[in-house]
Amino acid sequence: MTTATTTSVSLDVRDVHLAFGPNRVLRGVDLAVPRGATACVIGPSGSGKSTLLRTINRLIEPDRGDVLLDGRSVLSDDPDALRQRVGMVFQQFNLFPHMSVLRNVTLALRRLRKLDEDEAVAVARAQLELVGLAGKADSRPAQLSGGQQQRVAIARALALRPEVMLFDEATSALDPELVKGVLGVMADLSAGGMTMVVVTHEMGFARQVADTVAFMDRGVVLEAGPPEAIFERAGHPRLRRFLDQVL
Amino acid sequence: MDPLSTLWETFFDWDAMREALPEMLTVGLPNTLILAVSAALLGSVLGLLLAVAGISRSRWLRWPARVYTDVFRGLPAAATILLIGVGLAPLGMEVWGPDPYPLGILALSLIAAAYMGEIFRSGIQSVEAAQLEGARALGFSWADSMRLVIIPQGIRRVLPAWVNQLIALIKDSSLVYFLGLVASQRELFRIGQDYAATTGNESALLLAGLFYLALTVPLTHMVNWIDRRLRHGRPVTPVDDEDDTEPALAGTTEGDRR
Repeated sequence: MTTATTTSVSLDVRDVHLAFGPNRVLRGVDLAVPRGATACVIGPSGSGKSTLLRTINRLIEPDRGDVLLDGRSVLSDDPDALRQRVGMVFQQFNLFPHMSVLRNVTLALRRLRKLDEDEAVAVARAQLELVGLAGKADSRPAQLSGGQQQRVAIARALALRPEVMLFDEATSALDPELVKGVLGVMADLSAGGMTMVVVTHEMGFARQVADTVAFMDRGVVLEAGPPEAIFERAGHPRLRRFLDQVL
Repeated sequence: MDPLSTLWETFFDWDAMREALPEMLTVGLPNTLILAVSAALLGSVLGLLLAVAGISRSRWLRWPARVYTDVFRGLPAAATILLIGVGLAPLGMEVWGPDPYPLGILALSLIAAAYMGEIFRSGIQSVEAAQLEGARALGFSWADSMRLVIIPQGIRRVLPAWVNQLIALIKDSSLVYFLGLVASQRELFRIGQDYAATTGNESALLLAGLFYLALTVPLTHMVNWIDRRLRHGRPVTPVDDEDDTEPALAGTTEGDRR
């Protein structure tokens, strides 16, 4: 299974700050993801990982700092246009339950990409085929397992041909036996050259798939590097403590 | 005649009913339906606007919606119909002449809008924030996200309450008789009442009541049916717990399970 992505771009997060009232959630985050690379963000809950993802596609506007795609700042772009370039997959899938699987995928193609019905359906069916769910096009999301729903959500994001993909704990809500299928799709996507930021608790996935692993704690990236460096030669005591707890 | 059969005659005089029946069918029923259905449509549209205004971030939209809802929900329907029907009659005269019928529809719509607005608002607000986030993340604007994703789900969830409002509307449509309608505009209740007044026998009114029940009872059962279906979903395929990466052969999986 291959997922051809020829259009992915580099992503740079520079000194991003964000506070909710007195609560400083992000305190100067830097993250560099070269074109086609996969960065896994790990860290304890509440460290700001999910918030960081949301500042990248500006579901939440950062207070300070910059986000660059392909070396160009996106903070002055139209956020809706930006989000069509940056796909996002959520922990709870966020599929639209009142629409069929197929329509979940075609909705943005029709309304935003202005494809006609036949083109949109063709793109959507091809994308569902890639995640192994061609036979479920006419089902409702509620008729699918969690793993299948998450793969539909991935297909929905990929159908828009994003240049970067963000994954927010994409397997955390899944039963253990369903995790593998979703991680497999993500690994294929990574191998296919998609630029990805993956917030995850799956250390095995981070070790095998990531080009960079960034450890976040209390709103900053404490340590980042290739997986071997992070997992075998952890420097920061907080990272060592975290790895002791999760491995 | 003994008192019991007098009582029986008062309500179940078949001849009186038979006499009223043609007019009930050809005049009363159509008028009741026109009043209720057009007020339901107009009330739903206005109600949806009120609901969206009610959850708006702008207080200049939120406040008027709040006040409107409080006023039109708080007044007795009879008072509102009289106030609108009589109060706006000079205005109506300018626009369409001395006919009070459109004002009756307007008054019913304005009342329905207040209730339906609250029904829609609660439905829309019950849709998880994650749905909005999912739509925004795809690149939809706030307005498109509401229109395509949030509002359709919200309305679906409150369909039973909406149908209940439809039932209330059918019954409230009887109140437009206050406005002094001409013979061809009379709805079910007014026709029943007219026959009852001229004959001194309540049977025609009872017949009108039976017409109302014939409209409302099926609707109450429809509410229950919608409610059940919303809760349990369409009785089609069972949840698929398998997570095989093979594309499922739709025909076989679903057929074999049952």
